[in-house]
Amino acid sequence: MSNPAPATPSPASEYGARFRVWNWRRALMPTGNRGDAVFRTLLFLAALAVLLIVGAMIAATASASVPSMREFGFGFLTGREWNPIQGRFGALPFIYGTVMSSAVALAISVPLSLGVAVFLVEQAPRRLARPVTFLVELLAAIPSVVYGLWGIFVLAPALRDYVKPPLQKLFGWVPLFQGPVETGTGLLTAGVILAIMITPIISAVVRDVLAAVPDSQREAALALGATKWETTRVVLANGGPGIAGAIILGLGRAIGETMAVTMLIGNRAQISASLFEPSYTIASVLANEFAEASDELFLSALVQLGLILFLVTFLINGAARLLVWSVTRGTSGTARA
Amino acid sequence: MTFKANPAGRALALLCAAALAAACGAPRPVGKDGGSAAPGGAVRLQGAGATFPRPLYEKWMSEYGKINPNAQLDYQSTGSGAGVNQIIAGTVDFGASDDPMSDDDLKKVQGGEIVHIPTVLGAVVVTYNLAGNPELRLAPEVIADIYLGKIKRWDDARIKADNAGVNLPAADITVVARADGSGTSAVFTDFLSKVSPEWKERVGKGKSPNWPAGQRAKGNEGVVAAVKQNPNTIGYTELVYAEQQKLPVAAVRNPAGNFVKPTLDSVSAAAAASLAQTPEDMRVSITNAPGADAYPVASYTYVLIYKDQKDAAKGKALVDFLWWALHDGTPYARALSYAPLPEEVRARAEARLNSITSGGRPLRGA
Repeated sequence: MSNPAPATPSPASEYGARFRVWNWRRALMPTGNRGDAVFRTLLFLAALAVLLIVGAMIAATASASVPSMREFGFGFLTGREWNPIQGRFGALPFIYGTVMSSAVALAISVPLSLGVAVFLVEQAPRRLARPVTFLVELLAAIPSVVYGLWGIFVLAPALRDYVKPPLQKLFGWVPLFQGPVETGTGLLTAGVILAIMITPIISAVVRDVLAAVPDSQREAALALGATKWETTRVVLANGGPGIAGAIILGLGRAIGETMAVTMLIGNRAQISASLFEPSYTIASVLANEFAEASDELFLSALVQLGLILFLVTFLINGAARLLVWSVTRGTSGTARA
Repeated sequence: MTFKANPAGRALALLCAAALAAACGAPRPVGKDGGSAAPGGAVRLQGAGATFPRPLYEKWMSEYGKINPNAQLDYQSTGSGAGVNQIIAGTVDFGASDDPMSDDDLKKVQGGEIVHIPTVLGAVVVTYNLAGNPELRLAPEVIADIYLGKIKRWDDARIKADNAGVNLPAADITVVARADGSGTSAVFTDFLSKVSPEWKERVGKGKSPNWPAGQRAKGNEGVVAAVKQNPNTIGYTELVYAEQQKLPVAAVRNPAGNFVKPTLDSVSAAAAASLAQTPEDMRVSITNAPGADAYPVASYTYVLIYKDQKDAAKGKALVDFLWWALHDGTPYARALSYAPLPEEVRARAEARLNSITSGGRPLRGA
C-alpha cells in the first residue's frame, strides 16, 4: 500500500527494474515532489507506529510473564487453583469463565442480532429502519460501567426474582440450571449483560453484510416464486462467512469486556457446570487484583493471564476481519440500505 | 522546504506539532531531589497509596491549603500496594498504606529509612441483610466458619446461641467477599487467622485471599450493593460504607468476652489497648486487641515517609502538614467516620514526626 506501481516509466524506474535495486528516492517521491515525500513519510511512520506498539506490548507482557512461565510451565493453563497468599496460580477457572460467559452471550445475542439485521435490511420500511438502526448503535455508545451499574441494580435482581426460579423449575434436571437462585450475580447475569453489549456490534456488521449481498440474488429468488422468508434464507446463505465474521467480532468484544462483567459475574475462581454459580474471567481478575499485587510471582502470573487474553483476542479479531472481508469486498457498489 | 499551501498538509503538520508539545508537557514525575518546587515559595507535595483514607486525606489537604496556601498537596488513591512501591521507588513524597510495610519491602528501600506515621484508624465491619434488621452478635469463630462455608444457614445453632430472641430465617447464608485486592480484606483475614486455626491453615492472611465460599464483589461499594440487594446476605466492609448506606453491623466478641459494636470510640479503644504490644516503629496489627471495649477488627492506616528528607523545604512542609492533620485535623476525621488516634498513640506518632530530619537537622525544631 505504500508502494503503488509507477504509472509512467521513467529513467529511474527502468534502471531500478533492470538491476532490481531498491530505489529509495523513487519510493519516497513517486511524484518527484518533496512535500509529497514528507507527507508520505509521516503517514508511513504513523502506520509503523501502530505495528510497533502492538509488537512492544507483546514483547513486554511476554518478558514480564517469564517468572510465572518458569515456575508453572504449561501447568499454568491447566491449574485450577488461584491462591495469591500461598503463591499457587492456575489459569483454568478464568479461561473457563471467559469462554462460558462469552458462550452465553453469543447464545442470546446471535439470534437477536440476526433478527435485528434481517428486519432492518429485508423488511423494515425506510422511515422505521433509520431510527431503529440509530437506537441499536446507540447501545454500543453506553459506557461499560453504566451497564455494570444497571446490571447490579436492575438486571441482577430481575433475573433473581423472575428468571432464575422458573428456569430451575423447568430445566432443573440440566446441570446448567442447578445451583443457587438466591443471588442475582453469577455467570448467567454476566452473559446476559454481555449479550446486550455485543448485540449492536454483531447486528451492525451483519446489516452491512446483508446489504452487500447483490440484489440479483433476491430478484432471482423472488422470480423463482420464493416467499419473503425463502428469499431471506438465500440472502443469509450468501452472507454466511460474513455473518460468521460478525459473530466472531462480537465474541472478541465479549472476551475482553471487563468492567460490566466484573461487577456481575461473582468473581469466584471455580469451575462449575451451573450458570447460576459465580465465575471469573481473565479480564476481571486482572482488573481486580493487579493494583494490589505486590510480589513478583503474583504479578507475573497476572501478566501471563493478560498475555493469553491478548493473543486469543488478537487471533479471533484477525479471523473475523478476514471472514467479513471475504464477503463485503468488491460488492460495495451494489449496497442496499 | 517547498510545503505547498495545502490545508490538509498544514493541518497534519499542526497536529504533529501539537502531539510533540503534548508529549513534552506531560506530567513530570516528581523528582527525588525535589526538583518540582513550584514558583513563588510554594511547595508541591505528592502522595499516593491506600484508597481507604482517600476522602479524609483529600479533605485534610483542601482544608490545610486554605490556611497554608503555599503548600500544594495532592493524593492519588492507587491502592496500598502501589503506595508502598512508589515510596520505595521514590516517585512520590509520601506513600500511604493500610498495611504496615513488610520486612521484605523495607529491605528493598534504597533511599534511606522509611518511617510509618499512623494517621487514623479504620474498622472492618460485618454487615448483613436480614428481614427486620435485627441486631446480631457474632463470635469470631462463627464469622470464620461462615466465611469457610462450614456454617451454611442463618438458623445454625451456633449463630442462635449468641442471639437469643432474634428471629433468624431458615435460609442459606449468601457470603460476599471483596474481589479486588484490598487492605480491607487483609485486615479481615488477619483477624480471622488470629481467631481460627483452620482459617490460618486453609486461607491465611492477605489482600487477595482465596475465599473458600461465596460471591465476590468489586470494591467496598460493590460489597455494600451486593448485601443491600440480596436478602440473607453477609458481607464485610469499611465502617464508613456501611454507615453511609445505613446497613446493620454486627457486634463482634472481643478477647475480653464482650460483644462490641464498631464505633469510632471502640475502634480508638482497640489502638489504646494494643499500645503495650506496639513496637517503636508502629508497625503492628491491632486486630483482636485485648481491651474490654475494644472492637476487634480494627487497623491503623499509615503515611510512609523517608526519615531523612532530601529537600528541606518539602520535608518541612510535609511534616508540618502531618502535624496539623494529627491535631487540628481530628474533627474532620470524626465527621467522615474515621477514628482518630487515642491520646497515647498520638504522642507516639508525634515522636515519630519529630524524628524526621533533613541533612541531619530535625525539621520540627521546638
